[in-house]
Amino acid sequence: MAVTTSPDIVSAFEKIRSRALARWKDLWDGKKPVVMVSAATCGRAAGALEVLQTIKDELGKEQNDTPVLEVGCLGHCYAEPLVIIAKPGNPTIVYGYIDTEKARRLVRDYILGDDISLEFALGALEQNELIPSIYDLPRFKHEKYILLENIGHIDPEDVDHYIARGGYEALAKSLQMQPQDIIEEIKKSGLRGRGGAGFAAAYKWKVCRSSPSKTKYLICNADEGDPGAFMDRAMLESDPHAVIEGMIIAAYAVGAHHGYIYVRAEYPLAVHRVGIALRQARSLRLLGKNILASGFNFDIKLFQGSGAFVCGEETALIASLEGKPGLPHHRPPFPATKGLHGKPTVINNVKTLAYVPRIIKNGAEWFANIGTEKSKGTAVFALAGKVVNTGLTEVPMGTTLRQIIFDVGGGIPKGKRFKAVQVGGPSGGCLHESALDMPIDFDSLKEVGAMIGSGGMVVMDEDDCMVEVARYFLEFTQRESCGKCTMCRLGTRQMLAMLEEFTCGRGRIEDLDTLIELAEDVKVGSLCGLGKTAPNPVLTTLRYFRDEYEAHIKEKRCPALMCHDLIAYYILPEKCERSCDACVGSCTVEAISSDKRRIKVIDQAKCVKCGTCMTACPPQYNAVIKLSPPEKVPAAEKK
Amino acid sequence: MQNTNASSNAWRNTEITSQEQGRILQKTRAVLRRFTKKRENLVPILQQVQDELGYLPREAMIEIARFLKIPKIDVYEVVTFYNQFRLTPPGRHSIRVCLGTACHMKGGYILLDAWKRRLGIDRGQTTKDREFDLDTVACVGCCAMAPVNVIDKKAEGRVSPTKIDGFLLAFKMEKEKKDKETRWQ
Repeated sequence: MAVTTSPDIVSAFEKIRSRALARWKDLWDGKKPVVMVSAATCGRAAGALEVLQTIKDELGKEQNDTPVLEVGCLGHCYAEPLVIIAKPGNPTIVYGYIDTEKARRLVRDYILGDDISLEFALGALEQNELIPSIYDLPRFKHEKYILLENIGHIDPEDVDHYIARGGYEALAKSLQMQPQDIIEEIKKSGLRGRGGAGFAAAYKWKVCRSSPSKTKYLICNADEGDPGAFMDRAMLESDPHAVIEGMIIAAYAVGAHHGYIYVRAEYPLAVHRVGIALRQARSLRLLGKNILASGFNFDIKLFQGSGAFVCGEETALIASLEGKPGLPHHRPPFPATKGLHGKPTVINNVKTLAYVPRIIKNGAEWFANIGTEKSKGTAVFALAGKVVNTGLTEVPMGTTLRQIIFDVGGGIPKGKRFKAVQVGGPSGGCLHESALDMPIDFDSLKEVGAMIGSGGMVVMDEDDCMVEVARYFLEFTQRESCGKCTMCRLGTRQMLAMLEEFTCGRGRIEDLDTLIELAEDVKVGSLCGLGKTAPNPVLTTLRYFRDEYEAHIKEKRCPALMCHDLIAYYILPEKCERSCDACVGSCTVEAISSDKRRIKVIDQAKCVKCGTCMTACPPQYNAVIKLSPPEKVPAAEKK
Repeated sequence: MQNTNASSNAWRNTEITSQEQGRILQKTRAVLRRFTKKRENLVPILQQVQDELGYLPREAMIEIARFLKIPKIDVYEVVTFYNQFRLTPPGRHSIRVCLGTACHMKGGYILLDAWKRRLGIDRGQTTKDREFDLDTVACVGCCAMAPVNVIDKKAEGRVSPTKIDGFLLAFKMEKEKKDKETRWQ
């Protein structure tokens, strides 16, 4: 990397950094404890704000001025709300599943007292003699944090925390490099776009750089529309400056002076935090005119997407930025030559941009050494569904699905059997057991009919019906189709109609072939990624789980006992305890009553199949079961 | 795109008094003053007007079209294209059922059914007393807490049909308390 030292830039950055380091040192002075509460959207849903308030109140009562920070998402969403306490003399400990009562006890016993409260601890954040470290968990054998390295360790609303942990160093370095050299460095690193398609990032930059146009744009695509993916949200909520720094470097490399962050309006906290981060960066002159005294100008506007899945596609996103409906258009011309307002535009995903500062700081070789031959670096996955440790994870490319689901994710809860994993949202595919040992990267997933996509990973167990899953995804893409291409607009609708018939037990066996044929046509006949990938969930479920489709059609039976129209709830008379009324009270529609012997009976005509009685029935009786097809319910009770 | 909010006659059925109309225009104009007359400002304008009014009434859309000097149908096109915009007035409490993949697999559709049953309305509708409006959302990004409902902008994790009855009871008690207070005043 060719860096020509510029004293102006160095001294401008040094001023900012020394102030940040001084504040950081002040916080971690080794004398007072520091409390951190993980309060991203997921933590807040679990009650993190209440926990935060309780801790502050309790400390306030004692006039104790221990700093309490609100940090981002640690990725361990299953154990939210999380509280981290660093007390001098003891290792830093993460506490999980904290509610207000536990928070009160933590303050009393540990922060004010000496009791380390091991009963709430998940583990220590460092190796020590006292208690096991969370890094001893099997998941950390596989995980490698690049993008998530700061997450949960810094206050996302304080730029100095980011700078103190090495932030904006890469920007200072980049500004002392030639733009071409930056692009060359990114090219050598082998960075591929994390938006889904895995296109080489440096190539877009190069094309845009070489355009003679004076006005160029750089857009950060944070329109994370995939249901089931949340890593872009977590990034923006927990470490927004990493994305901003990446954007400034990219803008400098391609010669853009105007930038946009296109973020979903459904992510209010991300919008809020990015707004704060932009203001802070501007006030430190890391953004705006004459960045770090280098003479380079660049500013970023925040744009809230209004909720259209198709806007994740770059040409549709541009249309939406221009104030039009988000309809994609034909490429070429590619946005890199003719994009926003007809000017050259580079669009990169949040994660792609967040890698950039790390690559510039550590060098291309460092990055190229991680991952597989054609897919470099790490992949961030959002683990959700039927898996013990739901949350975020970052693993090197080439890790197998089995390692991610069973070691990182901790396997399937309640001792159920793994059935399938849905990778890449509505554009991806459902993979079954045979794919578990395949090392995953951009290319290997494509071969089996899925894709990394945005990185959503939804794990399914034996209770999840594959026909229903396919129907669900198609319903989503069908609704989100912008309507421009006939095949996507009408083809997906026909496919959905067939799948709906299957889930109601009205399908015909020959529909299966029509479905496959139509799926292939939709793929070919659509312009953008939405239509081209919409059939993927249908095709992959049909490839791996054809028997389930056949059961729905031939026997009118849902093997996973999920499809509403094909199941019935039934209370086994021999298992019903009789003197217990748990199910009667729980039923939301009063469909359960006692018969003469006090055995509980479900009135099938009233039952809405919500499943509450099944949860309510005490585990030692377990009398409520699901039956499919519903005709299996003994006739005497169907009257 | 099929938008549940935008049934074609929804904006005609909304009866608006002249007083309400004045308020709508006043608030819309206040938002418009913050913007330049560029087409690219359309979506942010719509977002802010909806923030103020809770929905986008016909009068507001016409005013925006006049301001940006674009055909009214262009504004209507954008409003009906994006899921975020609504054409009907909101209820006092907003109920959003997340139907992301994880929430769906963990029973989000059962929760939607439960809300529909309890409130007596379909998705995209508002109860007659304008107390609740019900809609779905593609994903709020708390998949690990599935199934999620967003109630008055606060995400609630691990919701169940019984929990929904609890929310409704809490709202009812809150309302009764408020009614009592106003009666005594």
